[in-house]
Amino acid sequence: MEKFSSHTGVGAPLRRSNVDTDQIIPAVWLKKVTRDGFEEGLFSAWRSDPSFVLNQDAYKNATVLVAGPDFGTGSSREHAVWALQNYGFKVVISPRFGDIFRGNSGKAGLLAAQVDDKVVQRLWDYLDANPGATITVDLESRTVKAGDGVDAIEDSFTIDDYTRWRLLEGLDDVGITLSHEDDIVTYEKSRPSFKPATL
Amino acid sequence: MGKTLAEKIWDEHVVRSHEGEPDLLYIDLHLIHEVTSPQAFDGLRIAGRTVRRPDLTLATEDHNIPTTDLDKPIADLVSRTQVETLRRNCAEFGVRLHPMGDIDQGIVHVVGPQLGLTQPGMTIVCGDSHTSTHGAFGSIAFGIGTSEVEHVLATQSLSQAKPKMMAVEVVGELPVGSTAKDLILSLITQETTGGGQGYIVEYRGDAIRKLSMEARMTICNMSIEWGAKAGLIAPDQTTYDYLQGRPNAPQGADWDAAVAYWDSLVTDDDAEFDKVITIDASTITPFVTWGTNPGQGVPLSGNVPDPASFEDDNERIAAENALRYMGLEAGTPMRDIKVDTVFIGSCTNGRIEDLRVAANLIEGHKVAADTRILVVPGSVRVRLQAEQEGLDVIFKDAGAEWRGAGCSMCLGMNPDQLTPGERSASTSNRNFEGRQGKGGRTHLVSPDVAVATGILGHLAGPADLAELEKAGA
Repeated sequence: MEKFSSHTGVGAPLRRSNVDTDQIIPAVWLKKVTRDGFEEGLFSAWRSDPSFVLNQDAYKNATVLVAGPDFGTGSSREHAVWALQNYGFKVVISPRFGDIFRGNSGKAGLLAAQVDDKVVQRLWDYLDANPGATITVDLESRTVKAGDGVDAIEDSFTIDDYTRWRLLEGLDDVGITLSHEDDIVTYEKSRPSFKPATL
Repeated sequence: MGKTLAEKIWDEHVVRSHEGEPDLLYIDLHLIHEVTSPQAFDGLRIAGRTVRRPDLTLATEDHNIPTTDLDKPIADLVSRTQVETLRRNCAEFGVRLHPMGDIDQGIVHVVGPQLGLTQPGMTIVCGDSHTSTHGAFGSIAFGIGTSEVEHVLATQSLSQAKPKMMAVEVVGELPVGSTAKDLILSLITQETTGGGQGYIVEYRGDAIRKLSMEARMTICNMSIEWGAKAGLIAPDQTTYDYLQGRPNAPQGADWDAAVAYWDSLVTDDDAEFDKVITIDASTITPFVTWGTNPGQGVPLSGNVPDPASFEDDNERIAAENALRYMGLEAGTPMRDIKVDTVFIGSCTNGRIEDLRVAANLIEGHKVAADTRILVVPGSVRVRLQAEQEGLDVIFKDAGAEWRGAGCSMCLGMNPDQLTPGERSASTSNRNFEGRQGKGGRTHLVSPDVAVATGILGHLAGPADLAELEKAGA
């Protein structure tokens, strides 16, 4: 996984709450057996609407998605994270994420930055007034910044310490766990014999 | 201070605990299917890793599986490739697989309990959010993403921060005609799709104790729909009776040892929950959704709500979007909504009890002229059991379609999909935009409401059927 420290990119305002993972990528797109090529399926139902935010020139190269609360609810499909990454997104900002989506993002290297409701509202208004404007998301200081001068937006975002550390270092989760293999072996010796086995 | 049921199970599975890090939890059972596993197996191959415990891993084919023409290869080539990839991976890594055509094939969350692999006090994961179903047996069960699938394959463990603990106390008794599905749909609307976020939820109380195992699975299945990490129910005699004699249940001295342990799986009297919600089951009536998330529901006797009635901006806008997508007008009585397709099945309501209820209600009736009913058993064994009981004949006589086993129209990865604008009453778990097919419009319902709706052609409940029968007599 690539290290993530800070990112500045075009922000796209997705003015919707409860964007479930079926909206991010519908099930018909999940049949591939690779981790790439999912960008076509990203928000595929909405992208057929010319007025959809990602169809507007200003947001074509967006890398920071600013969404309403409960982003990534529903299905556990990590394909939702891959679709956002394949499309070019590095960061999603929302007041609240679906648990599994947030976990998947941390594993796959997409930054899920949780901010206050009001921050999302201010970012939406700022991006609407300044289409194509950039947002800076700094993982080291856990801050989101946009705009200049008196109207500048600067606020903190929430991410758990462990995920932040892994993203900053670009660490492989399986590798970390296998460094504790002795603990797993010890645990396995204590498992009761009545626990079921499939073979 | 005592511990909650979930805390006991959690603590018993901690392999490693370290300040500032999530706990490393041991996983007792890893269920896999064709959609969320191929990239995980690829990851193992690239890193030169193996499956640590194939003996704690089980695979089935479910999401892509057609429910007709079962004797032919899968027509959709991309689906077929995904299924064949699972077969190759299971063969290469030594994982037990129940493929199409096998008597134990079916939806992963129906197969685990049916084999007796799902038992109290376990940790169970699967790359599927409805893994919460298995919590009905008093286990901690939750859905994971593909990176985590790879992690569990390689290490049989998972790094997880300990969630908070919530109790849902269900007092009273469900009235006749109201089901576990109505209860959980009502709860999700009350608490919204994010209400359970960050919690493991224990469903407790008299009404829960009286539920069968299959009804308990319906409740736990939809824990994810209000955002909970997992949902579980303490095991009791109902649980033991369901498990005893199943192929993978403990036997002989192991059974006695297991029961002695399972008996300890209760929340201590002096344990404290971080949050407690109380629901009176006696107030629950048939409940249906009107919108595009499972928290947008209303009693069947109610009307489509007016978006202006929502104080919260996000909820109001979401309601406006939902009504536009669903093609509904505020104020319309739910019973006036005409339905094209009824889907009876899924990991929420595709078990034998659900089919018995549905067959019992449909017997002697005919499916409405402009409506179709699809009945899709959750597993091959459920299908065979139903056929042994003659339920298939009852469904077919009424004009319903009797299909093979799989996830089917719950998510439309196989050919069972809604067409744009087509409206369904579905016993599944999600009414998201396009979930059952692009442009499809889904109302989530219980099996009872599904059958009544299919017969009358509009959203209806068992009481409406009784009226019809009275009028007919």
